Amino acid sequence: MFYPLAGKLIPWFAVAAAMLTIIGMYVGFFMAPTDAQQGEGYRIIFLHVPVSWMSMFIYLVMAFWAAIGLAFNNRLAAMMASALAPTGAMFTFLSLWTGALWGKPMWGTWWVWDARLTSELILLFLYIGFMALQSAVDEPRRADKAGAVLALVGVVNIPIIYFSVQWWNTLHQGASVSLTQAPSMAALMLIGMLLMALASWMYTVAIVLMRVRCIILEREQHAGWLDELKEVKQ
Amino acid sequence: MSDTIGLSVLRGVIHRDLRLAMRRKSDVLTPLFFFAIVVSLFPLGIGSERDTLRQIAPGILWVAALLASMLSLDRLFEQDYADGTLEQMALSPAPLGMLVLGKVVAYWLLTGLPLTLLAPLLALQFDLATPSLLVLAASLAIGTPVLSFIGAIGASLTLGLRGGSVLVALLVLPLYVPVLIFGAGSVDAAAVGLGATAHLSLLGAVLVLTAFFAPWATTVALRIALE
Amino acid sequence: MNWTSPAEFFAMGGYGQYVWGSFGVALVVLCAEWLLLRQRRQAALSQVKRQLILREEESR
Repeated sequence: MFYPLAGKLIPWFAVAAAMLTIIGMYVGFFMAPTDAQQGEGYRIIFLHVPVSWMSMFIYLVMAFWAAIGLAFNNRLAAMMASALAPTGAMFTFLSLWTGALWGKPMWGTWWVWDARLTSELILLFLYIGFMALQSAVDEPRRADKAGAVLALVGVVNIPIIYFSVQWWNTLHQGASVSLTQAPSMAALMLIGMLLMALASWMYTVAIVLMRVRCIILEREQHAGWLDELKEVKQ
Repeated sequence: MSDTIGLSVLRGVIHRDLRLAMRRKSDVLTPLFFFAIVVSLFPLGIGSERDTLRQIAPGILWVAALLASMLSLDRLFEQDYADGTLEQMALSPAPLGMLVLGKVVAYWLLTGLPLTLLAPLLALQFDLATPSLLVLAASLAIGTPVLSFIGAIGASLTLGLRGGSVLVALLVLPLYVPVLIFGAGSVDAAAVGLGATAHLSLLGAVLVLTAFFAPWATTVALRIALE
Repeated sequence: MNWTSPAEFFAMGGYGQYVWGSFGVALVVLCAEWLLLRQRRQAALSQVKRQLILREEESR
């Protein structure tokens, strides 16, 4: 039942994502004023902040689905968790990439040991660990459950890691200008970022639904109902 | 009677594991030699002037201890998994959590404790002042059990997988970050004169948290692996 | 409207390489993810078809 429903939903979310990105970019590049200190370079914020939000948010959603998959022994929930991981890792990578590209003109170095960037880096390792574990286990059922346990252990650790990195960061050098508290948030900037965040949300839903369908195709081959699918008949 | 929550089972498992390990001493000594070698490599790589060494000493000692304690993690469950005792343990009336707790405590006694005792000795290479040595030992004493607990989760998740030992490192290292930060930080703070109490108490908090959650997570992971 | 000419738009006040570097990489990565996924879907579908044909032959 889920398979055809997901199939119908994907185009809608994809179109919504594309439209929101265009509007968000328009606001970000054409309506938002030039920043006093950072000139035009600050416009990376319209990508860096939404992407960083998404990387954290996807991990939470992944842990949520993992918990449901573990608690109710529900295969679909577990598949959702493993479908979310690659997109989450991709967003974390983008967050690090845009953070570095933003740090270079502003602070002159590609990598700033800022508390947020460092915890993004560790989040990336958590994602990679999750995917590595899931691919190492051959039997899908155990892969789902083992991944779920790791995701839950990870989600309990994220606040601790973030707090300890924050603590560590203030110990060494003064809290450098953290990336997300940009200079006074003009309303337009905020709208631009929210639009881009919504756009990345729509994109995530679309891409994750597509991946879940792939996982279903890969795993449910023994089940008979796959054969009646029209794609299979062609 | 005390046996309901399995205290005697706990002691039993600890004794068993200690006796088992003592039969093959090399298993116990390899992490220690690894720790000593890795620590002595750094001055060769970085140069021997005193003040840089003193500054980097806590970080190096902590990272080396962290890696050394991860080295023999597969010894925790792998053999019992292979010869089936793990299944018997899972089927036994005593709560599996207690058995896991016993195994982790035994593992800590065999790797964490020796590392904690050896570290101040090696810190002399880095010309660390004696008060810092004490703080280092204290931070390791609190920190290494946390490493064993989290390591147990990693080991139980990767039970019976090919390439498991590398995978454990990948899963477990990000979770070690807070312990590393508080541990190494405490020695730094003490050296700078800020006093290490804040760091050590935070490390203690992490220890209590992991001591509570880790056995539960490990048991769930073991049941998954044994299915 | 901030930009008078497209050239100025791309120069982005001297930060062009950084801004377009990050947006460009983002675009590339997103498209790569989508393409990889389509490939994976094709492979999964052909796998299911092959199994279907196999089963039909066995039942005949």
